[in-house]
Formats: sequence, structure tokens, C-alpha cells
Amino acid sequence: MSGAQGDRIAQRFAELEAAGRAGLVVFVTAGDPEPETASELLARLPEAGADIIEIGMPFSDPMADGPAIQASSLRALKAGQNMIKTLAAVRRFREKDGETPIVLMGYYNPIYIYGNDRFLADAKAAGADGLIIVDLPPEEDQELCLPARDAGLHFIRLATPTTDAKRLKKVLTNTSGFIYYVSITGITGTRAPDADAVSARIADLRAATDLPLAVGFGIRTPDQAAAIARVADAAVVGSAVVERIREGLDAEGRPGAGLVADTLELVRDLADAVRAARQPETA
Amino acid sequence: MSSPNTFRTGPNESGHFDLFGGRFVAETLMPLILDLEQAWEDAKDDPGFQAELDHFLAHYAGRPSPLYFAERLTQELGGAKIYFKRDELNHTGSHKINNCLGQILLARRMGKKRIIAETGAGQHGVAVATVCARFDLDCTIYMGATDIERQQPNVFRMKMLGAEVEPVTSGSATLKDAMNEALRDWVASVETTYYLIGTAAGPHPYPAMVRDFQSVIGREVREQLDAAEGRLPDTLVACIGGGSNAIGLFHPFLDDAGVEMFAVEAAGEGIDTGKHAASISAGKPGVLHGNRTYLLQDDDGQITEAHSISAGLDYPGIGPEHAWLHDQGRVNYVSATDAEALTAFKMCSRLEGILPALEPAHALAHVIRHAPGLARDHLLVMNMCGRGDKDVFSVARYLGEDL
Repeated sequence: MSGAQGDRIAQRFAELEAAGRAGLVVFVTAGDPEPETASELLARLPEAGADIIEIGMPFSDPMADGPAIQASSLRALKAGQNMIKTLAAVRRFREKDGETPIVLMGYYNPIYIYGNDRFLADAKAAGADGLIIVDLPPEEDQELCLPARDAGLHFIRLATPTTDAKRLKKVLTNTSGFIYYVSITGITGTRAPDADAVSARIADLRAATDLPLAVGFGIRTPDQAAAIARVADAAVVGSAVVERIREGLDAEGRPGAGLVADTLELVRDLADAVRAARQPETA
Repeated sequence: MSSPNTFRTGPNESGHFDLFGGRFVAETLMPLILDLEQAWEDAKDDPGFQAELDHFLAHYAGRPSPLYFAERLTQELGGAKIYFKRDELNHTGSHKINNCLGQILLARRMGKKRIIAETGAGQHGVAVATVCARFDLDCTIYMGATDIERQQPNVFRMKMLGAEVEPVTSGSATLKDAMNEALRDWVASVETTYYLIGTAAGPHPYPAMVRDFQSVIGREVREQLDAAEGRLPDTLVACIGGGSNAIGLFHPFLDDAGVEMFAVEAAGEGIDTGKHAASISAGKPGVLHGNRTYLLQDDDGQITEAHSISAGLDYPGIGPEHAWLHDQGRVNYVSATDAEALTAFKMCSRLEGILPALEPAHALAHVIRHAPGLARDHLLVMNMCGRGDKDVFSVARYLGEDL
């Protein structure tokens, strides 16, 4: 990494810190519910208040995801999404938006089959900033993590409630961009995080790293997002967003007229809550 | 690639068999996977653990299982002298109990109170439910809704044994989806729960651990055939889905160069129809369920559905050690179709009075093809890894008969 210069993630967290607020990270699955709607939604996420965007690369067997993101992934695959189209979507987004960081999130197999070197080169060229690959723990760093860093992409790692102090050292090695703290022991979108427990772990993480801390897996409502935004540098919302997309589909599974607007409204509500979360202290 | 001096020392410390294996799991699971590896290393070196396991294998599971000379089948085929390793005579009706007894003793050592497992045909689920009943542990079995439909007798057995059977409707609603769902449960319950994987696949240390527990099959064959014939076998044959019965039979013989080995994948309706479960014959290396191995997948790395008349072979992957043995050329990976397995099922029932499970019926289909061309003093051992009682409804349906 070449420091903050040209590093959209570092730049964005610096801006957030200067503004005295946490960021909102919004997760959507590439190509959900179909490419055109997904593309329009993606392009408008920043104006609705998404500070960072995580784009899920759909996979047939998303083992760490709950029903909402599983369904989202399957919708995208059914509509013909693949890695080439996902990277093309990043490129199109980047033509209009040079600042909002994009993090590609997913499972290793579709990358491995696309070809690791080809993937890293194409993702970087498309304008992606970082990767979160759920099934690549530090034990497998030589697979993609180290090559990704060489290619100029952040390899963002998950820390979880089961990550003890000894393990944390290992998790922090070779990671960059930010740390994604998984607020629950479980899969995405299933239970609400306990804000007190999260706060205690945030303190441990801060003692161990200077990297920004994002918290996610279970944040569904503006209130929950605000609670996280008081203690973390960013709150991640995924399942609630893709569920809003699902609610915007008609009986045949086609996107209804209000799908994009309704989804953006949820993002706006979340963003408002995140932006207001620390105001009493900073006013 | 140069041939190693031994085929029996893998995996390496990080759980790899060269390209294959590894620990491709979510961070939430890593601390437990590492604990498990430590617990397994400690148990292996503890004579008390092995003694306790041997006790249960002998008095609860009924080991050693017989090595039986299949005389009428041998006469019928007119070639090799065919032996069956009778692992279908174990308590619960398959080889699955060997691994379940080993892992349940390990789970107890680790202080886990709840056991989860995936099952395809239900043989592993029944074995898990059995040991959970015996050792008074909570038990949840994930099973694809499609498999629940075609394996009703085993579903009922699991329930009678006190297990919760959770139907899985995601994906193709078969074994791979049951494994996804078991992993999702585990990520959420990792502090209290032990995941008892039924095949020699998954993240390290499972492939090696399951292999070690199943290797009792091959060790017994070695002694029993020596007693019967005074020598090693010439050919070993086993069916292969994930590959636990096959690796259990093969592993003790891997360094005996004169022993040829065949693992028989499920070719379903035929490899060229695309409706099969033959990951080595028709798949390519990829990463799923914690390990790199041969997988059925499309050009985008999406896992495709497997098809087989046998629910136990209906999985789009294979254990990583098998992937490696294939690349090394040490074991021959072949396949048999649904129709060939049914023919074998019928032939074995009539000639030997043994209803084979549809899984080993695939191995038998290869024996039927291969044995006639071999000399009469050629010793062939096939692992009869499960009994066919559970399959009578599926077979009847396939033959168009109402039960």
C-alpha cells in the first residue's frame, strides 16, 4: 500500500475522523436481483449515505451467510451473474465515482476458478480497493492475502467473538484497510449484537491495532446502527438491505417500480442514524 | 511429479496433501479447529484413549468385521477370488460407526455437550445418533429434504435414537447443503458444540482423523487375509463419495506397491449426461467445505448439483487425500452408473444372500466388470461398507414396484 495517497479506504476513514462520525458500510450482492437494477442501486448508494460499499460476489454455497444473503446470492446467480459481470459492475461504478471505497466480499472458490492473478489484476484495474474472503483464514495467507497486498488491494480480515488475544495477533498480521469485527458468534443477519459486549471487544481491538474498526453481522435497524456507530469507526449493514431488495420484488421475482427507491430509503435512514449517533458529544 | 517414498505420511503440518486439503474456514471456526487438532494429537498418543476406543469397537460395534469369501459370486464371474470385508455387519449397519465412536470419545474429552452432523444416506446420521444416545449427548442431524424423502427408514431410526433431524431445503437439498447448514449451526454454537463430520473431507484435521479412525478396516483385512491366504491382496475395491470407507481400506496398503486399488465414483445416469457425482472423473480442483479438492463446478466456480441413486455418494466433492492419491496415480478412480449399481445389487442379493447398500453396490459393479478378466488366484477384496435394508424403498421405486 502506498499510504493514504491514492488509498480510498484510508482517505475515507480520515474524512470520517475529521467529521467526528462513524461511517456506514452497505453490503449488496452483485447482480441482485438482476444486473440492471443492481447497477442503478449501486450507483446511487453513495448519495443515500453509504460511506463504503461492500459488493458480495455471489457463490452457490455461502456457508457463513444467513437466509437473507443466501437468497440474495441465489437471485443474482439465477439472473446470470458471474465474476466477469461483477468486476464489470465495479468498473462502471468507478467511472462515475472515484472516491467511495469498494470492498469485494465473498468466498474463495469463484476467485480461484477465475484465476488468482487474473482476479487481482482485474479487480484492481476495475477500481476495487479491498477484499474480504470469508473462508481464507491467516493459515492460508499465501493463497490470496499476500498476493493481494502485492497487487495493491487491502486484505481485510474478520475478527470474531471467538478470536482471543493470541489469535488476534495472527489475525492482524498481513491485514490492512480496516478490521471487520463480527459482532455475533454466528452467520450473517441472524441475531442482534449486544452493544455492551461489542464495546468491550472494541476496546481490546483498539489496544491491539491502529486500523479502523468496522462492526457488522446482525445490524438491522437505524437504532442498532447508531449504537454501533457510537463505539466503532463504521457499522456494516447487509442482510437488512438485501431483504429490502427482496421485498421490492413482485410475485414473479421481477423488480417492482419502487425497489431502488425503497432500498435507498433504508440506506438513508441508516446513514442518518449513524451520522447523528455521536452528535451529543461532538456538538 | 516425482513419486514419494511413502504415501502414508500426509498431510503436512498445515493439513495439506500437496495442493489439496487445508483449512479454508471462517475465522469464527479457526480457534476450535486448532483446539480439535490439539485434542486429536493428544488423544492419539494416549494409550487410554486407544484402549477405550478398542473396547467400544469390539463390544459395541462388533469388530472385527468378518472377511468373507464370496464363493458363488466368484464362481459366477469366473475370475478373481473375491472377498467381502463385511463392514455392513457392524452395529448400525455400515462402516460409519468406526469414525463416530472415535470422534464421540474425542468430543467427550473436549467437554462438548452437543453434537451436530450432516448426513446423506442417513448411515452417518444413524451412527451419530447412536453414539449420542449411548453417551447421553444432545444430537442434531442436518439432512437434505430430498434425502429425507428417499431414506425414510433411517430418518425414523435417528428419531427413535433421540436425535433432532433438521430438514435442509436450500440448494439441491442433499448432502452438500446439509453440510453447509451444519457449518452454519457450528459457526453459531462453536463454544458448546462438536461437529462430527462423517467423511474424510472438510478442514484439517478431519480428513486425517476420519481416515485414521476408518483405517481399522484395512488393518483388519491385512491380518484376516494373511490368515486365510497367507499373503497380501492383489486388488482392493471400494465405493467413494467423500471417501471414508475407501481411505479406511486403502491407507494401510498404500505403500505395498503390488496392491492395486480402485475407488468407484457414482456415475449417476452417465458421466456424459452431466447427472452424476463423479468429482474426480468429471470435476476440477476447487475449494469447498474447508478443503481444496476435486469438485463438480461450472466455469464460474459455482458448485453444481451431484446426482446418484445412492444418497451416500451424492456429493459434488471428494476427500482431499483421494484427490492427492489420484494425482499421484496410486489409486485408480473409476465410476459406475445407477443402472450398473442396481444390477450389482440384484446379483449380490441372489447369489450371496447379502443385500448391499446402494453405495457398495457401485463398488460391486466395478468388481463385476473387473474380476472376470483376472486369474483365479488373484485376490480381490471389496469393502461391503453398508447393508441395503435402508435402500429397499428406493430400489423398489426404481424398479417400478410398490411396497
